[in-house]
Amino acid sequence: MINKDLIIIGGGPSGLCAAKTAAEAGIDVMVIERSNQLGGQLIKQTHKFFGSKSQYAKTRGYDIAGILIKDLESKSNLEIMKNATVVGLYPDLVVTVLFEGNYIKYQAKSIIVATGASEKFLAFENNDLPGIYGAGAVQTLMNLYGVLPGQEIIMVGSGNIGLIVSYQLLQAGVNVKAIVEAAPTIGGYKVHASKIRRLGVPILTKTTVQRAIGTTQIEAVELVSLDEKWKPIAGTESIFKIDALCISVGLSPMHQLLSMINATTKFIPELGGFVPVVDHHHETSVKGIFVCGDAVGIEEASSAMMEGYLTGLYIAEHLGKSHPEQESLKKLYETQLSMLRDGPFGVKTKIGLEKMREGMKHA
Amino acid sequence: MRITNHPILTFPEKEEIKFMFEGEPVKGYKGDTIASALHALGIKTLSYSIKKHRPRGFYCAIGNCASCNMVVNGKPNVRTCITFLEEGMDVKVQVNKGVIK
Repeated sequence: MINKDLIIIGGGPSGLCAAKTAAEAGIDVMVIERSNQLGGQLIKQTHKFFGSKSQYAKTRGYDIAGILIKDLESKSNLEIMKNATVVGLYPDLVVTVLFEGNYIKYQAKSIIVATGASEKFLAFENNDLPGIYGAGAVQTLMNLYGVLPGQEIIMVGSGNIGLIVSYQLLQAGVNVKAIVEAAPTIGGYKVHASKIRRLGVPILTKTTVQRAIGTTQIEAVELVSLDEKWKPIAGTESIFKIDALCISVGLSPMHQLLSMINATTKFIPELGGFVPVVDHHHETSVKGIFVCGDAVGIEEASSAMMEGYLTGLYIAEHLGKSHPEQESLKKLYETQLSMLRDGPFGVKTKIGLEKMREGMKHA
Repeated sequence: MRITNHPILTFPEKEEIKFMFEGEPVKGYKGDTIASALHALGIKTLSYSIKKHRPRGFYCAIGNCASCNMVVNGKPNVRTCITFLEEGMDVKVQVNKGVIK
């Protein structure tokens, strides 16, 4: 058994930011990352971020990843373990890691679960055909590996991810035939939607996928219009020939490790599904285990970073340590986070957090 | 198909990697995952579902969904979307739960 003050599970934006503030507070930190590089989903994001300067606005996602990684350089009390998967988490703060075919056990004094989110799926006939991808998968394939998902594609979902990935598909030379949205209005920012529309891509609201058509891979898709009760309207079906379908219908928090230790979770649709219930310091119902980022509720990467910085500071307090600028930084990031949530797109998060507080038995 | 022109990103030519797919010699490039290399070759079916034997491609590309599991060098259930391609790899479509010999 190897001892560590703090183990952070996940080297995405939130985990890296938590590692920074915790390490600066003099805590012995280890970050465990499943893939071969740090940065989480930022590494495939070619678009520039919104927000203010301290939230890395006007910087491309992959450049933000670079900044966060550079921030951790030359910290002697920080260890990073890549290509390592956490396969076990125990309530007595033990973590089992699978690394190069061996199981390694760590005893921590505190743990941050920053596992992020996974892509949601959509139910329709033949939804398992090859050629049907999550929007994140398309981003990974194109922007990391330089491979196209297809030549002619339809995007399902008009949230920010759907809109941004559609634009990235166009940049890569793919014909985006349409963006389909079941709701009566476009989900994402107007500025993204307008950019797509100017390039001639129709955004079909009150429309969904009825079925995919194909034998060994997707060849076409049947779309159908929806009425006010979201029921398909007979006679409105139309078939589009495509070779790829991209699903962007939201994300759900990766709470599985926390479920392993029976941490209290609650189903809160506004936060993306099942989420661990946390107190104001991001501690779960299991003492010493904290969560930050998308794993505790789906928001934007900017919010995940602010939450990460904060959780690192909360951990410092939990372990009886202090960052040289503990109070001022806490105030700064708490203000930044509430500013991010004050916009029209933060309403859902706020409702979700209120619902979470109602279910907080241990606080 | 591989991206050649892109307004933001550059994809410089990389070293070729030879590997086997279903017993046939094929090529990918350094930096590819097994799944991205197969995809660039137009191969989208990576496995078959266990009960109904329906074709499966990858869905998430980050190691979450398990629909890209293939048999690599005789080892089943390898997540090919996050496993990097290596020279001489023997890659096969997985048709069952996976058997370790």
